[in-house]
Amino acid sequence: MPLFGVEATFWALLGPFVAAALSPFLAKTLKHNAAWLLAVIPALAFLQFLSFVPGIAEGQTFKASLEWVPTFNVNFSIYLDGLSVLFALLISGIGTLITLYAGGYLKGHENLGQFLSYLFLFMGAMLGVVVADNVITLFIYWELTSITSFLLIGFDHLRRASRRSAVQALVVTGGGGLALMAGLILAGYQGGSFELSELLNSGDVLRESPYYTAIFILVVLGAFTKSAQFPFHFWLPNAMEAPTPVSAYLHSATMVKAGVYLLMRMHPVLGDTELWMTVLPIFGGITLLVGTILGIRQTDLKLVLAYTTVASLGLLVMLTGTSDPVAIQGAVIYLFAHSLFKGSLFMVVGTVDHESGTRDLNRVGGLFSLMPITGTAAVLSALSMAGLPPLVGFVAKEVLYDGTWHAVNGGLWTGFAVLGNAMMFALAATVAIKPFFGAKVKTPKVAHEGTVLLVAGSITLAVLGLAAGAFIASVGHQLLSPMTSAILGTPFDEELHLFPTYLSPALYLSLATVALGIIIFMYMDKLRVIVADALRTIGWGPDKGFDQVLEVIIRFATTLTQTVQTGSMVTYMRATFTVIALVLFVPMILTGNWPKLQGIGSFYAYEWFIAAIAVIGVYAVLTARYRVTAIVLLGIQGFAVALIYLLFGAPDLAFTQFMVETLSVVILALVMTRLNLKPTDARSSRGKAFDISLSVLCGAGISMLLMSIIQLPFDPTLSEFFTQYSRTIAHGRNIVNVILVDFRGFDTIGEISVVMVTGLAVLALIRVRPKSNGNSNSEKNR
Amino acid sequence: METLFSVLVGILFAGSIYLLLSRKLVRILLGIAILGNAVNLLIFTAGRLTRDVPPIIPLQSYLPVEATANPLPQALVLTAIVISFSFLAFFLVLGYRAYQELGTDDLLDMRVAEPKEHSEPPLGY
Repeated sequence: MPLFGVEATFWALLGPFVAAALSPFLAKTLKHNAAWLLAVIPALAFLQFLSFVPGIAEGQTFKASLEWVPTFNVNFSIYLDGLSVLFALLISGIGTLITLYAGGYLKGHENLGQFLSYLFLFMGAMLGVVVADNVITLFIYWELTSITSFLLIGFDHLRRASRRSAVQALVVTGGGGLALMAGLILAGYQGGSFELSELLNSGDVLRESPYYTAIFILVVLGAFTKSAQFPFHFWLPNAMEAPTPVSAYLHSATMVKAGVYLLMRMHPVLGDTELWMTVLPIFGGITLLVGTILGIRQTDLKLVLAYTTVASLGLLVMLTGTSDPVAIQGAVIYLFAHSLFKGSLFMVVGTVDHESGTRDLNRVGGLFSLMPITGTAAVLSALSMAGLPPLVGFVAKEVLYDGTWHAVNGGLWTGFAVLGNAMMFALAATVAIKPFFGAKVKTPKVAHEGTVLLVAGSITLAVLGLAAGAFIASVGHQLLSPMTSAILGTPFDEELHLFPTYLSPALYLSLATVALGIIIFMYMDKLRVIVADALRTIGWGPDKGFDQVLEVIIRFATTLTQTVQTGSMVTYMRATFTVIALVLFVPMILTGNWPKLQGIGSFYAYEWFIAAIAVIGVYAVLTARYRVTAIVLLGIQGFAVALIYLLFGAPDLAFTQFMVETLSVVILALVMTRLNLKPTDARSSRGKAFDISLSVLCGAGISMLLMSIIQLPFDPTLSEFFTQYSRTIAHGRNIVNVILVDFRGFDTIGEISVVMVTGLAVLALIRVRPKSNGNSNSEKNR
Repeated sequence: METLFSVLVGILFAGSIYLLLSRKLVRILLGIAILGNAVNLLIFTAGRLTRDVPPIIPLQSYLPVEATANPLPQALVLTAIVISFSFLAFFLVLGYRAYQELGTDDLLDMRVAEPKEHSEPPLGY
């Protein structure tokens, strides 16, 4: 594949997986400095995606495809437009910084290599999600992000909370992924293509399809679980059990945004309907408010950020749900701004935690003079989060207010947005002011500025947020408007300004937000107590619900298993033979195809005699009182069968049967007389009656089956083939032997192997014994 | 002619199934031994019966001179006899060792894999 151009994107997609393979080795030799080297790979991917920006700003799109499973229309295909390129840039760009940060954060950790490996696997999966064109490819990458995030969240797997969060994230997002798969396949069949790039043109077909509602629900379920929308929001804050680099990466620009990406990607196909414009904004709006309210309750800085992430995702879903061009432009700018400031803030909190030993906002304060660079990053990012000029977050808020104000049901959505943003403002202020300003608080460790690896990421992202605000016109033209166009499905390019050019309603709404935000910040401590009390009164949440659901499932599974698998061998055997009896009789009863009763035919007296001996032999075994008798009597029916073979032209069979039958009796007698077994059959009379009826029924069924087979016309093709060619091409006169060793030689090899393996297994059973040979009680009860 | 043997096969099956449904190891072993014969006879009968003439080509000829017994089921049954004997031998030793280890020949008392007391399901993480 070429190293430049569209096809080179495949290398960019492969890169993180290569890095994942290299990480453990590099981390072993270079320790934390391996991060410097490994960060080159996502940086190169970033440059590759950057090369598409000029073309995309002119409205071009790029496609490339490799055949994967052509019979099922599954291609490994990629599609690059404004939406996927901006996402890919964020993933690879922030990924580069996170790699460095992880090196600094886990410096000296014994499993650093493993951690970086997981991180790169996740990065590769995430890049795949946003550039995939084929829906099956998209789904596979989508589930891969669920699995790799499971590994990342559960990285610290010795702690129970960590394990629980990992399982929770996997169950919620993986389960949603299954719904998504169904939705995508349904959409593919309805739209007539499994390539998103072609599906995007068949929006009208899908919207009018009778399956629209089903597709909508399935896809939205996938998006809502991934993007932690209410009521699935609980897994995201719990995922904070992961080391901070994970939170900074998964919860700023990647994992949780995958759901938003999906909604935006599907907007031209599924959007702009009443269902879309009702469900999405309502759930998004609720998530926004729930996220911020729960955020106020927290004192752990990382959890504060986690809940504001939930809120921001709600805001994005709400804006995407309005289907209003300006609101969607607002969503795009906000998504971009959020990736920068939230990534930066997570890294800031991680650095504070790393250097001061705590991230509880009541135990930190006045750190700015000790950690000036981290503090600057915090202030800049918080300003962006609060939506204040001159940062890109301010532009985002202006545009999104403008959008909601003019959207359908705009009043309600604007209300949600203002309230949510005001609380977000207060929380941003808390995160920036509490740790860095005010009186100095004694922290568990003596705080000082972090290493280059630790501070590089947060300050870079913070400064980028400032720069994006300053150059918003060109950023908007190059990156943001193409993305909006891709989401809308129609070209959109409105010039963005850092400062509003006229007194719009958005500006007043902004002022109102700031005023409300300041008030909330002032009463933050009181509000925290109120929210905490309210939550304690409710006492139940989806998080608890998750445990309850899981417990119900596990208990149900246990009960079911214990009911079906009683552990009684007799029950299993009875069930098996009951099913066999049913299988034999039900078709005959249903179709009425009973075998015709024919005359027995003419038999010589000795033939009757031999058949009678066989029956007597079986009866004798059944009624034998002592096991030795039974074993010896077993020979009777065996020899009778051998005689039958002999009489009906099968001397080979007869001789083998004589040998085997003799051997069986001898061996059985040898082994069984060594055992001290009770000779009686311990069945109750009712049990006996049931077993007799069952076995007679099965025997009769098999008899009738065999009669039906015999009454069908005989097809001698195969036998004639063997007879004809036995001497002519295989040069053997005994046809049976020729079949065994020549025509069906492989069967015989298989047979010999079975005998050999059995012999080995018998040998092993006899030779290999537990060390203490069943003498002690504990050994016996094992 | 085959009808008689169909009935015989059914009787062999019924007897072996009755033994298999038992709780005692020895009886189950006997059941398996009979089951093997029953299945082999079933295959043999399903291939139709011909008296006396084995499927062997005379020295001078390249084809059998008269109608012979069907060679195909014989080949299958020959394989099956050996396999069922191996199975019986293996099961025999397995039962013998199980008796030695567990001290019982009653299947209802062999509960190592599925113990009688149900344990609590794993509810934690």
